[in-house]
Amino acid sequence: MATGQLAVWWVVASEIVIFGGLLAAYIEYRMSHVEWAGYAAHTNVWAGGFNTFVLLTSSLAAVLAHQAAESGNGRKAAKLLGLTIVGALVFLTVKAFEWTAEIQAGYTISSNGFWAFYYTAAGIHAAHVIAGAIIMGFVARDALAGRELHRVELIGIYWHFVDIVWIFLFPLLYIAK
Amino acid sequence: MSEQAGHTSYVKIWAILLVLLGVSIAGPTLEIQVVTVITAFGIALVKAYMVAKHFMHLNVQPRYVAYVICTCLTLMVVFWAGTAVDIYKQEGTNWAKLDVPAQSSTTH
Repeated sequence: MATGQLAVWWVVASEIVIFGGLLAAYIEYRMSHVEWAGYAAHTNVWAGGFNTFVLLTSSLAAVLAHQAAESGNGRKAAKLLGLTIVGALVFLTVKAFEWTAEIQAGYTISSNGFWAFYYTAAGIHAAHVIAGAIIMGFVARDALAGRELHRVELIGIYWHFVDIVWIFLFPLLYIAK
Repeated sequence: MSEQAGHTSYVKIWAILLVLLGVSIAGPTLEIQVVTVITAFGIALVKAYMVAKHFMHLNVQPRYVAYVICTCLTLMVVFWAGTAVDIYKQEGTNWAKLDVPAQSSTTH
């Protein structure tokens, strides 16, 4: 296994502990506080569902970029990574509108335990989306010039992990009322 | 596998993931707890497995990658087990939680 690949898997493994611990704590508190179901009723399922669609689609673009890079087509890989970045920007825009509406309605990070978990978990996840999009921009720039094509797979592994985290955040924060 | 064939199979996986997303949103609208747990959380596990296997290609990585991932998941379970008693139980052998019902019902 290449060093870069090993490094990305280590990052993913450590991220599992970060997000896993946070979500495990959330589930524990959620199960012992029935009133949190009422707070969760104020989250926007359609916004969360649309963002899930966006992340799943951006993951498809990332894996197709990997496939293009493997066949030596750097230009195609760069275009597909560009689409993935667009997905990240759409995700963050929807999140910004969602948070604005929730904060204006009086649901802030200090309102209660549920909203504290909601903003912490979704905020840390959004930070990962921002970091992934920035790194992807550098990888796409190199891929366009036909350089460092192996990095397309590495950023793809990270991006799919970010997608998996959201797959679990969506039912926990939006669906379970 | 040719690039076109691989492309098609990735699109198929994506389409299945979207169908599962639809089910995970529609299921809880029935407001039956078992259906909600299965459609929301059961399907989340299936979706995560599909992304890990087909998009991250976890199944073709060296075996130790899966071991490292499993070790981290195990650590998460250890964390859960270590803290769950304190969260769920109100009392135990030689200990009892302070009675804070007002705080737990209004601010938590």
